[in-house]
Amino acid sequence: MDDTKLNTILDKHHRDPAELLAILMDIQAVENYLPKDDMKQVAKELKIPFSKVYSMATFFATFSLEPRGKHICTVCMGTACHVRGAARLVDQVQRDFEVEAGGTTDDMFLTLETVNCVGACALGPLMIVDGEYHGNMDAGKLDRVLRKLKKQDAKE
Amino acid sequence: MSHPKKGDKVTFKIEGRTYDGRYGDSLLEQLRKHGYEVPSLCYHEAVSPYGSCRLCLVEVKKGKKQKVTTSCNYPVQEGIEVFVNTEKVRRYRKVVLQLHLSKTPKSKAVRDLAAEYGVMETPYEVQEQDKDNDCVLCGLCSRVCDEIVHVSAISFTGRGQNKRMQSPYDETAEACIGCGACVYVCPTDCIGLQESDGIRHIEKWHRDLPLQTCEKCGKQFFPTFMLMEFSKRTGISKDQLNICPACRNSVV
Repeated sequence: MDDTKLNTILDKHHRDPAELLAILMDIQAVENYLPKDDMKQVAKELKIPFSKVYSMATFFATFSLEPRGKHICTVCMGTACHVRGAARLVDQVQRDFEVEAGGTTDDMFLTLETVNCVGACALGPLMIVDGEYHGNMDAGKLDRVLRKLKKQDAKE
Repeated sequence: MSHPKKGDKVTFKIEGRTYDGRYGDSLLEQLRKHGYEVPSLCYHEAVSPYGSCRLCLVEVKKGKKQKVTTSCNYPVQEGIEVFVNTEKVRRYRKVVLQLHLSKTPKSKAVRDLAAEYGVMETPYEVQEQDKDNDCVLCGLCSRVCDEIVHVSAISFTGRGQNKRMQSPYDETAEACIGCGACVYVCPTDCIGLQESDGIRHIEKWHRDLPLQTCEKCGKQFFPTFMLMEFSKRTGISKDQLNICPACRNSVV
């Protein structure tokens, strides 16, 4: 991230160390992950130790320290979704895209993540693709959602 | 009645005896001051209490309520009654020690402490990743680095089962000045500091720092980087710090 962009984010949060979490989230929204250099820069600008920034970045499951794919597919593995077959959804994505849970495809198209409940248990099994919630998923629906992604990508 | 302030005089009871103290004092410190033996791994009087090792458990009676709590981060209050070595406390401590043994099965400090309580083995599963790790995640090293040395080269990373004490990215801790305070304070001696060929090597933080040679006796003593940091903070010129403490004393 270039300095002007980073400075805009920092200024938005008043360069307050208490808003570190929000700052890191904004950086990730732009970069798709948390680059090491940006975290170092944040630590320097906020005058807090780098180890504290790293500590926070590794504490929250939201943050990724490695570059992620163009699209992010999050499967809810909470209890309600689990009993309704969330594991099957994960298996299907793993098989179709040749990607491990928590990993990214070689062509950087898709990152598959699992979370332990997104708080929408009534909609389970639930999947979030690029911030859009898809409830009551099954194999057919999953196929449709991800095929649409691929099509969209081919168009661009 | 106004709310008690930190430092207000209070009286409280330990095992039926009455003692005076100040409101907000660490209960563990008071207990030890009056000669009661309470085990702990994560407590050090120089830094803030953390309450992670759960070994300093005692029973505290406040009003009608009686509960088991960690004494290191329990503030002394007016009228509390403390019981140090009840059956319940010993039972709880044993379980805590069993859990410690499953996390750091090879640590001598943990084993010795467990043996004192008759805990020779753990009923809990020992994870493969923990077998050679002696770190009890007490956080003393990072608290010392933070509060005393003011460097914060290291911190906790991850959480839950993946919680570790590490330098950022588990790479060379660039902020580390090699003072060795973390090594001194570590209850299980798991950080590892070696000095050879004029280099101080701290294994856990992957830090190698060349040692300064004393201008008087020619002995190597502290890392040069640390002396530079001292010079920057205190304003004492670097030349004055290039003499080892032994020689400096002999001059005086």
